[in-house]
Amino acid sequence: MSQTQTLRAWLLTDTPTSRRHAKLSAIYQGWLSFRSNTMAMIGLGILVLLVLVAAAAPILAPHDPFAQDLGNRLAPLWSDSHVFGTDSLGRDILSRLIYGARITLYIVGLVALIAPILGLLVGTVSGYVGGWVDVVLMRITDIFLAFPRLVLALAFVAALGAGIENAVLAISLTAWPPYARIARAETLTIRSSDYISAIQLQGAGALRIITKHIWPLCISSLIVRVTLDMAGIILAAAGLGFLGLGAQPPSPEWGAMISEGRRFILDHWWVATVPGLAIFTVSLAFNLLGDGLRDVLDPKAGE
Amino acid sequence: MALAEDNKERHPRVPLPQWLKTTLLTLGSISVTLLGLLFVTFIIGRVMPIDPVLAIVGERASQETYDAVYLQLGLDKPLLVQFLYYLWDVLHLDFGTSLLNARPVSEDIARVFPATMELATLGIIFGVVLGVPLGVLAAVNKGSWIDQFARVLALVGYSMPIFWMGLMGLLVFYGILGWVGGPGRVGIFYMDVVPPVTGMILIDAALDRNWEVFKDAFSHIILPASLLGYYSLAYISRMTRSFMLEQLSAEYITTARVKGMSEWNVVWKHAFKNIRVQLITVIALSYAGLLEGSVLTEIIFSWPGIGSYITTALLSADMNAVLGGTVVVGLIFILLNIFSDLLYKVFDPRAK
Repeated sequence: MSQTQTLRAWLLTDTPTSRRHAKLSAIYQGWLSFRSNTMAMIGLGILVLLVLVAAAAPILAPHDPFAQDLGNRLAPLWSDSHVFGTDSLGRDILSRLIYGARITLYIVGLVALIAPILGLLVGTVSGYVGGWVDVVLMRITDIFLAFPRLVLALAFVAALGAGIENAVLAISLTAWPPYARIARAETLTIRSSDYISAIQLQGAGALRIITKHIWPLCISSLIVRVTLDMAGIILAAAGLGFLGLGAQPPSPEWGAMISEGRRFILDHWWVATVPGLAIFTVSLAFNLLGDGLRDVLDPKAGE
Repeated sequence: MALAEDNKERHPRVPLPQWLKTTLLTLGSISVTLLGLLFVTFIIGRVMPIDPVLAIVGERASQETYDAVYLQLGLDKPLLVQFLYYLWDVLHLDFGTSLLNARPVSEDIARVFPATMELATLGIIFGVVLGVPLGVLAAVNKGSWIDQFARVLALVGYSMPIFWMGLMGLLVFYGILGWVGGPGRVGIFYMDVVPPVTGMILIDAALDRNWEVFKDAFSHIILPASLLGYYSLAYISRMTRSFMLEQLSAEYITTARVKGMSEWNVVWKHAFKNIRVQLITVIALSYAGLLEGSVLTEIIFSWPGIGSYITTALLSADMNAVLGGTVVVGLIFILLNIFSDLLYKVFDPRAK
């Protein structure tokens, strides 16, 4: 007990002894203010649970998500050994939901990696180099921003072919422009600061300045934006899956499961309802988490 | 040469007035964005894994026919020239012919578009009529139950998959309660009863004074429109709230209150008056967003609008139709964005 007390005191000290100490202390204080936000903690809890479920899918799933049982089609909720019933091919809906968590995480993870990195690259280069490079890059960004996202993603999927990877690519291609805008704005304010001039005088090149001194400062506002965007990404991926352009059958992707259950909505409502609830819960969790993170990392942006 | 110089002396260069300069710059940036939009769709069309020649002549055509069509489509020309051809066609509203029904894509789009517009317009009306007062109330009573209620409403709206909510709406209000009409624009008995004047069935029925059709059409549109309305309500009420909070903390509001002005006048005559321009911008943007949101909604409600058109075309590899639809939706999206920008610049003196 006393050791945790001292650790806490060490983390909350006003006089950090090293750079690492100061950093850890800042993170800990951020965590404390985040922890007091109940809604954000609920969001975080749901997401941690989602990751655990996805990781332990083979252990948790009561059935094989692909095993068909045509004798037991469209079994209702709570029927024996099928808590959420079965779909039109007699597959256990709960098991498919559990395995579907993996697909959701896969899509969200990839998009959350690709889009901000692309945006960061475009935005920082545009902001740092300036001149006609800036004009051209920002024009391109504006053009992509001008498209309605879902329609553009549809057109990309049409060009690339349906499938999870192409859906990820299509969503990323429509998601990067806001990140580029944010990164550029941050770069413009950082670029003119004194410490950048100081490093320039020491002979640092553009590459070094961008990667070592500008990127780290853009990260926090990007993270907030990514978390707030995650819900949108999940909804977009589910929408593509629903239209039959994302994950292909028999993959247990949640959007595709809704699309499959849509045909029986009036008589066997749970087939489409349960995966929709899963999508709603996860995107709600990301929205709650994003709101909380924004308050901690970017207090200016809150109302 | 001499003449030109002569001309120059007689007409010394006058600096352009400021408004003309801004207008030219705006027009320039609009046309660059439009060109970019067309270029992106053109490139998408080029990398599609579908041979446009085969799509026209079919698989059993002879090599000569194939080559003839290949040349006719201009596919032997450099990419830039092809793009210029494409541009020329689009400027003449020619998006090619649909491979499914061999009709011009532009005709198809003109036929389906009013359905989308009808849906989105009714949706935005719901969103504004309910969202703006809700946002104002939430701002005035910050922290109260109504503020919390508005917050939860918006949060749920941001997190709910629109197509799933549509399904649930159909299940509850059509399947179980039977309060509204099912999928489609009108019941089967009322199909093609009123003459299509505007293509928007509510207006057409009203023009025809056929109130029976009007009633039936209304019972069909009410569910998808309120669904779309809910999504714009979520956005509009949040934005209204934050605009109002900003105004209400300003000093002139304190002054008005100190003078003993009634709360109603402070809120609606002073604070609200100052956010109108910002609000119209937000409404224009969410109207553009509804056009997009209608893609999935239309599928759920079998609504024969542009969203259904694009997706059906996509699933049957009808490329001209997909690209034509994308260009039209993109154009409207851009125009609405520009409109809201302009509005802001013209009516808000601070934006200069």
